[in-house]
Amino acid sequence: MAEQNQGKAVQTTGHAWDGDLQEFNNPLPRWWLWTFYATVVFAVIYWIWYPAWPVADSFTKGIGTVTYQRDGKEVTTHWNTRAELIEEMQTGSETLKQQAYLQKVAAASYEEIVNDPDMMAFTRSTAKVLFADNCAACHGVGGTPAKIGLYPNLRDDAWLWGGDIASIERTIREGRHGFMPAFGQVLAEDKLEQVAHYVLSLSGHAVDSAKADLGRAIFQGKEGGCYYCHTESGTGMASQGAANLTDAIWTVADVPGAADDKARIDAVEAVVRDGVHRQMPAWSGRLDDTQIKLLTVYVQSLGI
Amino acid sequence: MKLSHESIEINAGLMIVLTLIAISIGGLVEIVPLYYIKDTIEKVDGVRPYTPLEQRGRDIYIREGCYTCHSQMIRPFRDEHMRYGHYSLAAESKYDHPFQWGSKRTGPDLGRVGRKYSNAWHTQHLNNPRDVVPESIMPNYPWLLRNELDYSDVADRMRALKIVGVPYSETEEEYLANVEQFGAAMADQFDINRADQNLLAQAQSEDWDGDRTRLTEMDALVAYLQVLGTMVDFTQYDEGYFAEFR
Repeated sequence: MAEQNQGKAVQTTGHAWDGDLQEFNNPLPRWWLWTFYATVVFAVIYWIWYPAWPVADSFTKGIGTVTYQRDGKEVTTHWNTRAELIEEMQTGSETLKQQAYLQKVAAASYEEIVNDPDMMAFTRSTAKVLFADNCAACHGVGGTPAKIGLYPNLRDDAWLWGGDIASIERTIREGRHGFMPAFGQVLAEDKLEQVAHYVLSLSGHAVDSAKADLGRAIFQGKEGGCYYCHTESGTGMASQGAANLTDAIWTVADVPGAADDKARIDAVEAVVRDGVHRQMPAWSGRLDDTQIKLLTVYVQSLGI
Repeated sequence: MKLSHESIEINAGLMIVLTLIAISIGGLVEIVPLYYIKDTIEKVDGVRPYTPLEQRGRDIYIREGCYTCHSQMIRPFRDEHMRYGHYSLAAESKYDHPFQWGSKRTGPDLGRVGRKYSNAWHTQHLNNPRDVVPESIMPNYPWLLRNELDYSDVADRMRALKIVGVPYSETEEEYLANVEQFGAAMADQFDINRADQNLLAQAQSEDWDGDRTRLTEMDALVAYLQVLGTMVDFTQYDEGYFAEFR
């Protein structure tokens, strides 16, 4: 530094250490100094425009404002993110883009939505996002869960709680509580196995017919009483969320994934032994009526 | 001693003290007013301290470092509102010590995860997230189901939180104040003298981890996750109400 500054009159700070050790006092670079002044000016504008300084138990509100509708009246308040969010949800550009469609969907009947290609296109694109945010954690991104376990596949046309529009809407709105009692305490091991043989025979699997006959007596009799919910023909009952046992669709026992006859029997037997306890939460508090409507149409369309 | 440029520069102790004062101002002017500005914490019904079981779950949440990937603060933006629900209120974390707001989201925000999924889902998901969400990058926490919940010190933990301002009660007087504020049923939960029995009762009240015969860390963590963001009933208030506090 000393050599660089030779020939210029550079001030020193005036301190001297060890006799002759001095410190130059070079001015700040111009660009740095002006940037600094600019931040000062920015701060002052910020203080004037936005809420900034604490004063007693309140603060300076600034002169910036946000206007939104509250109970039909126009409210103008000092700038704050909460009021800004309300304004954006009411009149923001994204909101306005969707608004016409949302109002149209809200006013339309389910038949009208399904038969209107324009409304269906909107429903698919909007509900896909709603589904991803709310439903996909259990039912999988495309409506197929990660594995057979607790959560029904929504892409097939089998519905535990009914596949008509009204039932699907009710399922989403109020949630569902699926319950099958555990028979492990009621039925001995050999009887559980017999019931499993009978249940698999309903869907056309090769089973030991002697065991299946014994299983049928338990299923259709007082001992098991399975027919109360699954019906005598085994086709299930939507009001109880009881599965149809005669089709190839399995939501709890992983029958399709079983390696052999023995594994299939074991899978079904385990369900009879342990029972089923599954819960779908209610979405009425999280989603509004129109969102539920969009999801209902979307979920039903997945199953066709 | 004269407070000149030279005397500060050659006196390291004085320099440290003055530096600390200078840099404290920046923090203090931002933090201190929040304690006496009357609208900092919104006036809403429903916010309450955690029950003993939820509190133990919260301790496990912190122990496992859930906060390193999950925030618990939904910000007042449209996209967050659409995805997670109502933005978080200051009032909702007034009994949190420390709060779990965070700003790092590797996983989703958990501010309103309570009752969004079933207990069984949480148990499966914590045990192995890919059992339910194939594309998840969250680690497995299988020991939560294996570990018995240690609740021997839950009363002491509540006493510690009481010192920093959480209204758990020890005396009859404090208990009655809680009955006044939170109702009898909840006030019972906040009674430190009954912490153990309350914890056990709540663990039995619901099938948290799929096995009622054992009290595991999973029970506590699921109970905690299921209460997150559920205390305030937002249908009671119109949106403009919360904006009045800012």
